[in-house]
Amino acid sequence: MENNKHFVLGVYDDEDVLLTAIKAVRESGVKIHEVYSPFPVHGIDEALGYKRTRLPIAAFLFGLLGTTLALTMQVWMLGFDWPMIIGGKDFVSLPPFIPVTFELTVLLSALGMVGTFMIVSDLKPYKQPRIFDVRITDDKHVMAIDLSANNLAKDDIKKIVSSSGAGEVNDKDFED
Amino acid sequence: MQVTSSVREPLVTGGKTVHDVTEDICRQVEGKPTKSWMLGMAISLATLGIGAYAVFMLLWEGIGVWGLNKTVGWAWDITNFVWWVGIGHAGTLISAILLLFRQKWRMSINRAAEAMTIFAVICAACFPGLHMGRLWVGFYWALPLPNTWGSLWVNFNSPLLWDVFAISTYFTVSLVFWYIGLIPDFASIRDRAKNKVSKAVYGALSFGWDGAAKTWMRYESVALILAGLATPLVLSVHTIVSFDFATSVIPGWHTTIFPPYFVAGAIFSGFAMVLTLMLVTRKLFKLEDYITINHIELMNIVIIITGSIVGIAYITEFFIAWYSGVDAEQYAFMNRAFGPYAWAYWSMMTCNVISPQLFWVKKIRTSIAATFILSIIVNIGMWFERFVIIVTSLHRDYLPSSWAMFYPTFYDVGVYLFTFGLFFTAFLLFAKFFPVINMAEVKSIIKSSSLKRNN
Repeated sequence: MENNKHFVLGVYDDEDVLLTAIKAVRESGVKIHEVYSPFPVHGIDEALGYKRTRLPIAAFLFGLLGTTLALTMQVWMLGFDWPMIIGGKDFVSLPPFIPVTFELTVLLSALGMVGTFMIVSDLKPYKQPRIFDVRITDDKHVMAIDLSANNLAKDDIKKIVSSSGAGEVNDKDFED
Repeated sequence: MQVTSSVREPLVTGGKTVHDVTEDICRQVEGKPTKSWMLGMAISLATLGIGAYAVFMLLWEGIGVWGLNKTVGWAWDITNFVWWVGIGHAGTLISAILLLFRQKWRMSINRAAEAMTIFAVICAACFPGLHMGRLWVGFYWALPLPNTWGSLWVNFNSPLLWDVFAISTYFTVSLVFWYIGLIPDFASIRDRAKNKVSKAVYGALSFGWDGAAKTWMRYESVALILAGLATPLVLSVHTIVSFDFATSVIPGWHTTIFPPYFVAGAIFSGFAMVLTLMLVTRKLFKLEDYITINHIELMNIVIIITGSIVGIAYITEFFIAWYSGVDAEQYAFMNRAFGPYAWAYWSMMTCNVISPQLFWVKKIRTSIAATFILSIIVNIGMWFERFVIIVTSLHRDYLPSSWAMFYPTFYDVGVYLFTFGLFFTAFLLFAKFFPVINMAEVKSIIKSSSLKRNN
């Protein structure tokens, strides 16, 4: 069997049923490929055993970069490259540099984090996503199980998914 | 499992299911434009057209066509700038600050409020640009570009430059925040699309969203951090706008109370504009079950609070002018209240201080007609606030020989109309082609906050 092409799908109506189902399916030794939902379900990441995202760290580092760039830019431009007397003030004086530093910190932090999010989640305008079920973006939660990643027979997996509370159990095959 | 107190009013009425949310919101996007939408669009485009003529003449002839004079060098342009930026603030407050406070009622209004923010900031940005007279040189006057472009480095000591950074950061971050929220909803429309064109367009707009749990986890983290970044950002933006005045030495402007007073005023006028827009959208798009009387009441309560802060600020300002013992300061305030612009001052006081107090009466704050009228009155008042601060502080210059009055010309009005046309055209396009309510977020509270599921 080729990789990532043949799936069993469990379709759930309710997010709380889904959460207990994920636990039950995983406990019976079936590996879940991914769960798709129309809205964020709280606690699903722990149920699936996902590690916490490190995006906040990315946001912090990009913010730090923004702070550094903004301060360096202002001090270099007005303090060293072309000092100008403005109202008799010091060439380099920190307080008036704070607003621009703050804005650039926020700007780089936000753009850097969102950019990282787009890249790690592979979100891009020309992407053709694999759609397991069109009702995912409407009202159904879908648990996808990759047959190539599990040793159990298809019918056994279907039985496990069905007994976990799934409203429907379907097959899904992809050509590519 | 989410538990919501049974004494709390449901946020979504009419016993909606998750599927109903998709149907109700997508219907607007998929259907043909309604007659009222076409009419609204025609009026907006006509306004935009008249305004575009004024903008063209302004650029062609120079800013001499405005009613400015040697004494009053800032008038409608900066008034309108501050007014539009202020309106934008409510969108960020609803989407970011209420997210941090976990106020779930924000969910059915945040999308439209954020759209309002973005369009309002675009309108605001028109004014400093146009005031430069030569829009095309604005880039190298305002951005720190190398000296070979024709100027020295920009002056980082100037609050006007801080404004450039604040407004552009605010615009960018709001746009990104708004767009991230739109992605899952675009995917819903993509998966329902019947024809090729909308499938391709919404497919591209949805960035290949598939609703995977891992992506949702990251998405939630991004939304939370963006909210955390946008909260101090929105406070900084109007603070910096107020610095344009507060860091000067003009009596009437030179006031330390300006930053908090401007931020409160911004949220005040922004919520009023959200109400004006949402009451119409709600009616036209039949969203009464999503934007309930409960939502309207909560927004009106924000208006009472911020309106009262603004009222206290007006009184404090007056008191401090007297208490400071500075003649020039005292004169500036007496002139505001009893001088030739007293009519503007008292219009401001009536609209901003007295009218929102009517919302203490439950009957008034739960009445749609009263809310609609008062929301417009508040924004008229907030426009007068900026006009009063700017023009009355300038028109009595230090020498009586240079005292002057400001009279707007057709071009002052025209450029203001231009931004109205721009704002409403953009908002109507948004309302037609984008989902006006954040479907994914509303779906997540259906189970805990909808009538049918609770019983």
